[in-house]
Amino acid sequence: MANIGSELEAERKKICKIAADAGLDFFDTIFELVTYKELNSIAARGGFPTRYPHWKFGMEYEKLSKGYEYGLSKIYELVINTDPCYAYLMEGNEFIDQKLVMAHVYGHCDFFKNNKWFSKTNRKMVDAMANHATRIRRYMDRYGVDVVEDFIDKCLSIENLIDRFAPYTNKPQIIEKPNMVNGLNLSQESETKFTVNKEYMESFINPMGSKAEAKVEKSIFPSRPEQDVLLFLIHNAPLESWQQDVLSIIREESYYFVPQGMTKIMNEGWASYWHSKLMTEKIMDDSEIIDFADRHSGTMAMAPGGFNPYKIGIELMRNIEDRWNKGQHGLEWSDCNDLAAKKNWNTKAMKGREKIFQVRRDYNDVTFIDEFLTEDFCVENKLFVYQFNKKTNKFEINTRDFPAIKKQLLFQLTNFGQPVIKIVDANFENRGELLLAHMFEGVELQPDYMNHTLKNIQNIWKRPVNLATVMDKEGRFFRYDGKEYSSIAFNDLPKESSEAS
Amino acid sequence: MSILRDQKRFHDIIRGRIKQNFKKYVTHGEMIGKREKDFVKIPVPSVDIPRFKYGKKDKGGVGQGQGQPGDSVDGKAQPGKGEAGDSPGEHSLEVDVSLDELAEILGEALELPKIEPKGSSNIHTEKNRYSGRNFVGPSGLRVFKNSYKEALKRNIASGAYDPENPIIVPIRRDMRYLTQKPVIKPHTKAVVIYMMDVSGSMGDEQKEIVRLESFWINTWLTKNYKGLETRFIIHDAAAREVDEETFFSTSESGGTLISSAYKYCKKIIEQDYPANEWNIYPFHFSDGDNWSGDDTRFCINLLKEYFLPRVNMFGYGQVESKYGSGQFYKDLEKHLPGDDRLTLSRIENKDKIIHSIKDFLGKGK
Repeated sequence: MANIGSELEAERKKICKIAADAGLDFFDTIFELVTYKELNSIAARGGFPTRYPHWKFGMEYEKLSKGYEYGLSKIYELVINTDPCYAYLMEGNEFIDQKLVMAHVYGHCDFFKNNKWFSKTNRKMVDAMANHATRIRRYMDRYGVDVVEDFIDKCLSIENLIDRFAPYTNKPQIIEKPNMVNGLNLSQESETKFTVNKEYMESFINPMGSKAEAKVEKSIFPSRPEQDVLLFLIHNAPLESWQQDVLSIIREESYYFVPQGMTKIMNEGWASYWHSKLMTEKIMDDSEIIDFADRHSGTMAMAPGGFNPYKIGIELMRNIEDRWNKGQHGLEWSDCNDLAAKKNWNTKAMKGREKIFQVRRDYNDVTFIDEFLTEDFCVENKLFVYQFNKKTNKFEINTRDFPAIKKQLLFQLTNFGQPVIKIVDANFENRGELLLAHMFEGVELQPDYMNHTLKNIQNIWKRPVNLATVMDKEGRFFRYDGKEYSSIAFNDLPKESSEAS
Repeated sequence: MSILRDQKRFHDIIRGRIKQNFKKYVTHGEMIGKREKDFVKIPVPSVDIPRFKYGKKDKGGVGQGQGQPGDSVDGKAQPGKGEAGDSPGEHSLEVDVSLDELAEILGEALELPKIEPKGSSNIHTEKNRYSGRNFVGPSGLRVFKNSYKEALKRNIASGAYDPENPIIVPIRRDMRYLTQKPVIKPHTKAVVIYMMDVSGSMGDEQKEIVRLESFWINTWLTKNYKGLETRFIIHDAAAREVDEETFFSTSESGGTLISSAYKYCKKIIEQDYPANEWNIYPFHFSDGDNWSGDDTRFCINLLKEYFLPRVNMFGYGQVESKYGSGQFYKDLEKHLPGDDRLTLSRIENKDKIIHSIKDFLGKGK
């Protein structure tokens, strides 16, 4: 075991046993004791000791260090999803903190191992990340730091354009190859003509003169809209081999972090549920209870307008356990309109523990909220929806209506609250231009960010790039051709190219 | 690989040294707070990588707590844990920093005025020292010790090292080269003379702006130059020298004769700071409303004949007042065009102070 000192190690063994006895099932977990500087630098790199050199990690580091040094925020726990799991303890934290962190970490490790959304991740990611770093550093040596970093910036600008569910479907990742992107297949096909001696016989011998044209119009590439924009670009954009490699590195790392983002509420809720339970029931002695309560409430605090996944997660987990213990679910329960009966409903089913273990195995945040967020829960936890009020120029509480809260939460969680963008046509207008479509769901894109991102994609694709989206309540194409931006409303398009999506 | 390298890279972006196109994604927020027991609030700078994302204001969200529909939920700093990982930072932290630190942060956007070696005292300016290590470089700068260590590390890690027969063959990746780092050690004779118009036409707000601006310029310069001398002159129709405290707190009224200040400034320079030994930086702040055209002409002459040949830089900052902006700025612009020792800046309101400071100090003169 790593060197965390004999006192902590004794405690770790104890907590490990308690956690296992409670039914948690985790990979081996290796704790390391690090200074706050080391912890911040690891946290800045997303939990990994070695990542490729990039300023964004420096930025994250600066944020974390300043937050820590001015006593504003501090990282209690850091654990990464690998086998074995690595978790970090900060040197100088109080003993009670370390215990709490260890209990919390075992909760996370159990979640990593058993939640099915984590089942596809690379559990040797520490090595993979280090290899990525080496490759990128080698490219930097060869092509220059600025060149490679600029390219990474562009890749990061589109790192969210991946198909988050692709790893869970059995869809084989067939890489479609266009016959010829720039419509050259037309000429090939027209070569299969019969020779005509007499000119006036042409239309009789080769009557399908228009066939080739008709075919080109139909053959759209990709054949179905592709959500994994990164993959598509890796295979189809005119990139040099090192650029392809960098882009695939960014893509791989982006996919790695998907399940973490997908289960933030559940994962933190689960770990918090267990640290709270194990600490209060088994681990602590009486003298530590005040400190524990202080730390615990600090973690669970929720500022007005803020959304703390720890808090919502733990409350929902407890709520589920309670409901299933009392049998407050199913048709009978939901059909019951008698408030008094509902309040005292208790079938003594005691299925709660079993249920939450099942929940932690099968759900992600979206399905979790969709299925278990109830009206009572929203009232009890004083949830509300806030919205921007253009008149007062402030964010204001909009409503406490249950369907609205649920809708807003689900919207925020679906695709991580990010717009879904797909590649619709890689030979748009038969000119080798890229056409992307924003699957519009009622919220418009931020225009300046959109333009800059378009530019970055154009830089990779080299040919002009178009995006179909809704801006100012109107369907529009936005286009960047390498020199300038232009935009046209769907309605103003010439009639024949009705490519709207 | 140390995270400090990434951090330095990030600082370079913030300072606008590299990747100018990212400049607009740098969020600084409020730079200047009040001078209250040496503490001011500043946000931590951060750069957003542009992405397809939803417009912020359309978005809204779910929160928790007391309140009626219609209540504001702004000021949502989030306490609790820092989170690591996948989400890009959307909010900036507000932290209390000391004056010195603020000056440093401010300085990231600025350049130091280049102080020329003058006079007899020992002067260090910028020097390059070979103290860093890099992966690439000319072979003349190869560092044997570091390269050997790297090679040894690689050999041991790959299991190729045999203690019985310790042959180490370095490959290109092991090589480490010396690289130079600039070291700036200014220590010199320089004086900054601040002149402020305190005449009746300068409202409280204008004075406030001037004070804030000269305060920050002063903070920044004194932090960077040990032994920097400062003098303070206030003027309405007549000029007098005051101490720092008075300069930052006095309020007077009366007519405006800018020449009075310039004459006084000239007197100070003649008495105490011979131009061949001193770096001289006069700054003058006014609303640009001078008493008469004659006086303005006199000032321009004085600038042309006396100040500009002697000083390193003459800064003039004009504050917009509610009576509109004065003529003096335009007069200077017209009569002294293209002289880069004269730096002019307009300060429209408090928010523009930072831009104005950059006007003055951004040039590195």
